Amino acid sequence: MNILSMVSNLPGMKRKAHSSRQAEGVLVALVVITLFASLRYDAFLSEYNIMTFLAYNSMFILIGLGMCFVIMTGGIDLSVGSVVALSSVVVAKVSEYGIEVALPVGILVGVTTGAINAFVITRLKIVPFIATLAMMLGARGMALVISGNQSVDVSWESNFTQFGLGKMFDFIPWPVVAMLVAFAFCWLLLEKFAFGRHVLAIGGNEEASKLMGLEVNRTLFGVYVLSGALAGLSGVMLASGFGAGQPLEGLGWELSAIAAVVVGGTLLTGGLGSITSTLLGAILLGLIFNILNFENGLGTISFSAYWQSVIRGGFLLVVVIIQAKIMNRKKAHS
Amino acid sequence: MTNVDSIDVPNADHKPAQRNEPEVVLSMQGIHKRFAGVPALTNAKLELKAGEVHAIIGQNGAGKSTLIKVLNGAYKLDEGEIHFMGEAVSYASPHHAQMAGISTIFQEVNLIAYRSVTENICLGHEPKRFGMVDWRKAHAHARETLARFGLELDVERPLGSFNIAIQQLVAIARAVALDAKVVIMDEPTSSLDEKEKEVLFRVIKELQASGVAILYVSHHLDELFQICDQITVMRDGQTVDQRPIGAMNKLDMVAAMLGRDPEEIAKGGATNFASTGSSSDEVLLSIEHLKGAAGLKDVSFNLHKSEILGLAGLLGAGRSEVARAIFGLDHDLKSGKMTLSGKEVDFNHPIRAIEAGFGFCSEDRKEDGIIPQLSVRENLTLVLLPRIAKYGLIDEEKERQLVEDFIHRLGIKTASMEQPISQLSGGNQQKVLLARWLVTHPNILILDEPTRGIDVGAKGEIQALIRRLADDGLTVLMISSEFEELVEGADRVIVLQDGHSIQELANEQLTENAIMKAIAQ
Repeated sequence: MNILSMVSNLPGMKRKAHSSRQAEGVLVALVVITLFASLRYDAFLSEYNIMTFLAYNSMFILIGLGMCFVIMTGGIDLSVGSVVALSSVVVAKVSEYGIEVALPVGILVGVTTGAINAFVITRLKIVPFIATLAMMLGARGMALVISGNQSVDVSWESNFTQFGLGKMFDFIPWPVVAMLVAFAFCWLLLEKFAFGRHVLAIGGNEEASKLMGLEVNRTLFGVYVLSGALAGLSGVMLASGFGAGQPLEGLGWELSAIAAVVVGGTLLTGGLGSITSTLLGAILLGLIFNILNFENGLGTISFSAYWQSVIRGGFLLVVVIIQAKIMNRKKAHS
Repeated sequence: MTNVDSIDVPNADHKPAQRNEPEVVLSMQGIHKRFAGVPALTNAKLELKAGEVHAIIGQNGAGKSTLIKVLNGAYKLDEGEIHFMGEAVSYASPHHAQMAGISTIFQEVNLIAYRSVTENICLGHEPKRFGMVDWRKAHAHARETLARFGLELDVERPLGSFNIAIQQLVAIARAVALDAKVVIMDEPTSSLDEKEKEVLFRVIKELQASGVAILYVSHHLDELFQICDQITVMRDGQTVDQRPIGAMNKLDMVAAMLGRDPEEIAKGGATNFASTGSSSDEVLLSIEHLKGAAGLKDVSFNLHKSEILGLAGLLGAGRSEVARAIFGLDHDLKSGKMTLSGKEVDFNHPIRAIEAGFGFCSEDRKEDGIIPQLSVRENLTLVLLPRIAKYGLIDEEKERQLVEDFIHRLGIKTASMEQPISQLSGGNQQKVLLARWLVTHPNILILDEPTRGIDVGAKGEIQALIRRLADDGLTVLMISSEFEELVEGADRVIVLQDGHSIQELANEQLTENAIMKAIAQ
């Protein structure tokens, strides 16, 4: 069985011919890079590296999943990076009450910002780009106000940091568990629920959706709230995993999330998308960092974080170009 | 805000300069244009003389707009010749045509709303001094140009602060400032009220007096008699008739547009397609004095249980607007009374209409019907979805069964229910859209041009299907531009004209000729 037919058999890809085509690029790249890295670095496939990698990237995957829904409606959510920071600061403040309180509070922060975004977009008819840009500035500002422009120490007495640093069954880090649950939730939402179908319909043809009497505004509301909630959860992971609420973290994360969605083959114009390939896209982008770290460790090269960003940008471009080529070739065939 | 009422327009009602033989400024011969192999213009021709107002009329899709776009360079012609002022020409874009002396005034004014009137008039040919725009001169020039039409405006104000009628006049002023020899007006009166129309007509006569030739496209036949000299009729991409306006009456025009014999129409009542008689006299839906968006002025009719009621009328008569208003769209513009089974209803959202048992297949399949990225199955169940979902979770088994059932019942030709709907033929797409509503078991189905753009075979199938549904008790409101379809398919037909319901035709009165006669009244 070749790689391409494997892709089309992955869950959630069989359904839409377009998505599976788009995902081919990301899966091929993922397999090639994993092969390359596992041959080159001894520790690459170690349990430690895999789990650390997944735990760290869970935050990016979460906001990528939310972004995927937003982009499928033809919108964009630029506020998620700031919401992560705001959530991390707020949950650090309540961390002494334990994760049982902090987790819902963090998600609630995201739900609130998402609801405000949705209100501005659907009721005040402001385009998503501008509405969420305003929230990006506003949420960042709130984070700085609450924290007094300083990182907020979390309580180490409560079980709060257990979430970010502990493992389920001493094996899977809790952030990875949360990420997998969120992934399953999003996948079901898109593939099995009327909500997902309406998201695609609105992104595909909003006018037709209105004529069909679909609840366009209600669906958009759900999408932005979901995106916010996942960013809020991501903020809990940040504070819990790094032991501090960080008002200046999350800068540019919204763009990483968009990159993950795009690399996963979801069209920015909406109407089409796949949760599975967004996950793969986020992992792929994370892998680039992981590999550069290994190279730094080997001492063959020494890239600063700045250079890593440049390389990641170049890589993103290459993947998208390859995808476009594959798409065009497929189109020419059919 | 300057209002047209306040503008003092001198009476420019003088006749065009008397010449023995007005020169031909523009001639188009043997024009062919195809889109992806489909002919849009076939051997079309046009001759325009200086100082004449020349109307192009024809049904939707007859090729009027294509002809204009070929002329002004928006489209490249496939075959044929255009001579302007005696020279063979071909323009790369409307801009080039405008600079050469052929200006197009579009339906939606395409000027820059947030720049001043002066800038809009002078853009691209501003008077310069030392390489900089000489604003004083530019403003004076703009004022002067507008004054020719008796318009006095604050030319330094942004264009967008004036109403649409003024904006249109500024667009015409720009054409004059560019020394246009030919001015093309595409439905210029569509958004004007009566007063504004008068002003426009006077400006047109002023232009005409100065020797400008005007190409005038309009669906409103009445206004042609007020201002036009020549009429060219287009049908199916061909120019089928050209005559001075004096040699034509409205009936002739309608007949030529539709390709019928005017005498036959005038006689009327020659043929009769009896309805199948499935309808009852029980009034299901009653519409009284419905008024709404864009040209829907006063429409009243009753819809009987399990009948097919046709809505006839030319484009712009308000047919689709009636459907939209009933279905709860454009609600803020609506007024009038709707009674469903004896109870007054007022839907402010399509959801309310759907809950009350309505379905609505809109006119433009591509634009507002299909969701191109989704499969046949997903498109078919979009409206029904909440009803086959428990807590939002779709019952996939049930969904597949329903889809399979409808693919079978309507004979939808598709490789599988998972095929993207965009890959189906037009007729099969339309069947999926019909199924989208039928699967919700509506009581009243509104069909806007259900067979437009569908090949003949599929068309017959869809017509038969609609008839069968009505026989089974469904009530159908069917809008169609094709009179045969209405006559053969509908039990009764309401004729709309200019936003008003003007006549009801049923039984032996219901003939194509009778519809045409009513429209031409």
